[in-house]
This record gives sequence, C-alpha cells and structure tokens, in this order.
Amino acid sequence: MNFQLIGVNHNSAPIEVRERLAIPESRLPDAMRRLAEHPGVDEGLILCTCNRVEVLAQTKNGAADLRRFLREYFQLDPAQYEPHLYEYRESEAIRHLFRVAASLDSMVVGEPQILGQVKEAYATARAVGAVHSQLDLLLTRAFAVAKRVRTETAVGSSAVSVASVAVELAKKIFGSLQGRHVYLVGAGKMSELAARHLVAHGAASIFVANRTHERAAQLAEKFNGQVILFEQLYETCDRADIVITSTGAPHAIFRREHGELFLSRRKNRPMFFIDIAVPRDVAPEMNDLDGIFVYDIDDLQQAVSSHVADRKREAEHAEAIVQSEVERFQARVQTLDVVPTIVSLHDHLETIRQAEIDRVRARLGPLSPEQEMAVETLTRGIVNKIMHTPISTLKTAAREPEATTVIDVVRRLFNLEEKKAARSGADRDQS
Amino acid sequence: MPLLWLRVALGCYAIGLLYALLALTQRSYLLNRIALPAMSLGMVFQFVSLSESVLVGGPVTITLVHNSESFLALLVMAAFMIVYLVYRTTSPGIVVFPLVFLLSFVAATGQQPFLLTSPGLRRGWLVAHIALIFTGYAALFLSFAASLLYLLQERSLKSKKSSGILLRLPALEVIDEIGYRSLLLGFPFMTLGLIAGSIVAQTTYGRVNLLDPKIFLSLLMWAVYMVMVFTRWNAGWRGRRAAYLAAGAVLAAVIAWSANYFSAIHRFVQS
Repeated sequence: MNFQLIGVNHNSAPIEVRERLAIPESRLPDAMRRLAEHPGVDEGLILCTCNRVEVLAQTKNGAADLRRFLREYFQLDPAQYEPHLYEYRESEAIRHLFRVAASLDSMVVGEPQILGQVKEAYATARAVGAVHSQLDLLLTRAFAVAKRVRTETAVGSSAVSVASVAVELAKKIFGSLQGRHVYLVGAGKMSELAARHLVAHGAASIFVANRTHERAAQLAEKFNGQVILFEQLYETCDRADIVITSTGAPHAIFRREHGELFLSRRKNRPMFFIDIAVPRDVAPEMNDLDGIFVYDIDDLQQAVSSHVADRKREAEHAEAIVQSEVERFQARVQTLDVVPTIVSLHDHLETIRQAEIDRVRARLGPLSPEQEMAVETLTRGIVNKIMHTPISTLKTAAREPEATTVIDVVRRLFNLEEKKAARSGADRDQS
Repeated sequence: MPLLWLRVALGCYAIGLLYALLALTQRSYLLNRIALPAMSLGMVFQFVSLSESVLVGGPVTITLVHNSESFLALLVMAAFMIVYLVYRTTSPGIVVFPLVFLLSFVAATGQQPFLLTSPGLRRGWLVAHIALIFTGYAALFLSFAASLLYLLQERSLKSKKSSGILLRLPALEVIDEIGYRSLLLGFPFMTLGLIAGSIVAQTTYGRVNLLDPKIFLSLLMWAVYMVMVFTRWNAGWRGRRAAYLAAGAVLAAVIAWSANYFSAIHRFVQS
C-alpha cells in the first residue's frame, strides 16, 4: 500500500501557520507535479482549503520524506510549522482521508463543501498525472465513503448555530418563510444576524423598532426594511409573523395581554417570538397561549446543543462506517498486492522449465509429436504442483495482516526481486 | 371474489397500520419505504373488489353495509392520496391508516349481507346520497387527523424538546392548511349528501319525523361541521379548539352511523 499523509488542519495549527502553507489554486498543478517527482513518491495529491493543507502520497517503497518535500517546496523556516504537522501512514492515512472527505474532520462537522474541495484536488492531480493507479482507487473509494456517510447518517443535516436553529424552528412553524414578515425589536448584532438568516431563507419584509431611531434606520436600510416608532410597537406588531427581540429593557415588554391582543387581531395565525435579550423581553407565560411560540436564548442554545448531541451520535455512526470502509479498502488493496507476486512466480518457474527443456532437447535428439507432448505435460505438471502451495498460501494470506511478510518470503525463496518492481513495505528491511 | 380482493387489500393496509403504530415510537427505513406503495396497492385491490361487486350486483350493492364500509375506506384513502400528492407528506397516515384498516377489516370479516332498504327506493338518489356523504366523512376524518397532528406538532414546539418523529411532521401551518382545506372541501359534499338523503326520505315516507335518531343526529353532525367551518373561517380557530370540534364532529358522525341500527326509516335489514 504505502500511503503516507502529512499536513496541518484547523486543530493542529493556528491560522497564521495555515496561511503560510496555503498554496494558491493557480499553483496547485505545479505543486502536485513536483510532489509526484519527489524522490520516493510514486503518486501524490495536495489538498489545500482554508482549514487544511495536506499532502498525500503513494510511495515507492514506503519511505518518502514528505517533510523534505514541504521544506523544499515552501522554503520556510521548518520551526514555524513542523511542530503543527501530523503524519499518518497506511491504514491511518486511509482513515484520515476518508474522514476528511466525509466531513468528519471539518471545523463544522458535516459541512458539505469539503467533499467538493477533495474532488477538485483529485481532478487537478489526475490532470497533471500525479494520481493514476493506487491513489486513484483510494480517492474514488473516499468519495463513495463520503456519500455513504451522508446518506446513512444525519451528520450533514443538523443545524449549526443559534441563528440557523431559529430559522429551522420558524420553518417548523410556518413551513416556507416565503412572504413572512419579520419584526426586529431592538437592534443588536445577534438579532441582525438572525434577521439575515431569515431573509436568506425567503422572509419577505423587515420592520425595525428601536429606542434610538438612528440605529433602527441604519438596520432597516441594510435589509430594505421599514422603521417603526417604538411607541407604535403594540399597534403594529401583529403584522409580524416572526418577532426578534433584543432590547435592554429591564422588564418584559411583551406580556400575556399583548399576546392575546395580537392573536385576536391576527385571527389566531401563529406568531413566533425569538427573544435574544437578557433579561428577557418576552414574558414566559406568552408561550402558554395557543398559537404563540416563544423561544428565549437558553431555549435556542439548548436546541443547538441537542443538535450537537444528535450530531455526536451520528458522528459515531459515521466513524464506524469509515472504520469498516478502511478495512474493506485494505483487504482489496492487499489482494491486489499478491497478484504481481503470483505472476512473477509463475513467470520465474516457466522460464526455468523452458530453459531445462531446451537444454535436454539437444541430448534427446528429434522427438515425435507424442513425445514432445509427453515432455510438455510432464514438466508443466511438476511446475504446477510446485507452485500450488505457494500460490494458495499467498491467496489466503492476502486478507491477513501478515500478507506483506508472506509476499516477502515467497519473493526471497524464489529470488523474484529483480524481476518486477518491489511492492512490499517490508522491502525496507532488505535494502 | 370481491371478498378475496378485499382481504388482499386488507393485507396491504396492515402494513400501513404497522407503519402508523411504529411511527410514533421509532423510525424504520423499511416501513417508511414500503408503507405508501403497500397502501396504494391496497387501494387498487379495494377498488377491484368494489367494482366487481357493483358489476355483479348493480350500483345498489354499495348500500350493502359492508360494501359501504369498504367504500368509505377507499374514499378516505383517496383523500389521503390527494393530500400526499399536493403536500408530499405521509404524516396524516398516522391517523388515517388505522382508520382505513379498521373499516376494511369490518368490511372483510362481516358475514351477513345487510341491505339498506326502504320500500320504493329511488336508486339514483340513494347512491348519490351515500357517495356524497361518504366523501364528506372522508374529508372530515382527514381534517380530524390533521388536527391531531397539529396538536402533536404544537406540543413539541412548545415543549422545546425536539424528538425524532415530531421533527418529521410537516410544518404547523402546512398541517393547518391540510386540515382547513379538507374541511372546506368536505362541507359541500356533506351538505349535498344530506339533501340527497332527505329527498330519498321525502319521496319514500312523505313527511319525516325530525326526531328520528338518524335524522336528528345527522343534522347535529352537520351543525357541528358548520360551526367548525365558521369558527375556522371567522376566528381562525385552530390547534386545540379545532381539534375538539373535529373530534366532536367525528363523534357525531359515528353516532349518526350507529343510529342506522335503531332508526325507523334508515335501517339495515337482513336481506
């Protein structure tokens, strides 16, 4: 196999370090070409996103110095970034790649962009010929794993932040947000963010009421909204489907009687209050009214964290999928590993057989076709009998961890080394 | 033969019943995937069963009590399918599937063929009466199902705990729309069905006694139905109050149905 991976991500390195190692898109093809030409590297791929820089290589004999590649390519002081590097080999490298592609290693677990970024890197690497055989298999499998994780777990589906939880809740109440009206009471940063999310999901218009008119006007302008005098709050609020409150008022400004008033004016159409203020702007008993839903900041946080808990459970499921896929991939690659050995063993014995026949033929003189046939059958039979045990041992060993040892032993016993390019990681011991 | 097809349909509906029962406790990918096809297949068999009995015995066989239950089940399923096609949600199935199963079960296991008779019966009006009323029933059941789902969803939103099944229900407003629309659509059917029924009764008996249990209860049901439509339209009643009203109307409908067994003029007799 001989997969090797080295890199930094958002966990291992601060942004300053990642910035220095980032390779602009225009220079990636060249970088990958240089990686593939690096001593010991057979195939290579570089993944570079805002959260990670990773170098993946399929090495010729399991001993490419990827750190040297980084030093030579970046020409930076290694002390700046080497402490932040992680390095994986073989199954660990496979697992890491699968996790990255499946967005399990992302800052926001489950975010969908990373898969596209890996695919782009793969396309670039293929275009410059840096990826052709084993890495091709590995990456194709990584895409399949990512797809499996996305369809079989809910890792990608949960909400991420307070603002998006608010949007999700609003959708649970109103269905589509198309044509819904949003009312901002108080003009804080958080409520602006929530409003932005709601508008992005189709909310129609924004009303802003704030004690300082200037700030309200500013905010309203951002959303093409309408400013409303704070004094007219109660008269106008029933127009809104979603009310986001974030004033600094010491007491609740919306109480039960206001809720009842709004409901009767709205013919009981539901209203959603998102109360980001501390102390709260909306009295909790408003939530008891049929058709009024009040979520304060704690409720939203709780919804976020329950999402996180869900996601944790789902992530465990996803990790299990990744693990089983790593094992499957290894088994597959190892089966591929024994094939060249079998072929060269076969070639080797066949050469010996032919040589021996040629040597003895001179002494036998001319043979009748029947005799020729008999000699052929006899020698072939002997060779096949001899080959049988090593081949079946190789095949059964293919799925075991000791495959490389068995391959190595067979190669040494029959002296196959010079015939085909060496494959096993154990080759290092001999050189 | 019609009974055989009905039993096959019942088998299909059993899958839907299972889906409905398990939907509240756990999610099963397999059931989710097969419930809808199974119910559709059930509809086909039920349709075949009913068509065959009509072909053999004429339209009036719909008035056989067990056929009529089967017919009602089919209409309820049809209403469900329309909702599914418009809103792409199977959630009302949680309430609708068990009802359909129950109706079909009663129809499939009933032995004696009762016949709704009134001497000198006007067949056309009678069949129209049954078809209209049953369509009204189907819409009413669906509206009731929707109001139950509304309550479930509302409770989940109010409690601020998001549990699995409730997250998969449609949005509150969508459920409300399903309920309101089926209510509105059902109302004219129910009204016309009652008018057709009263024409049948008039022509058969002349003046009819308004205090006959069947007539009284049917009118009561219609009144509750009308109150529902009115409060929803006028005051936007939904949620708990709408669910109570829908439950009341369904109850009245069931009682009106059972009045068949002790009404003087609207009675199934053994043929």
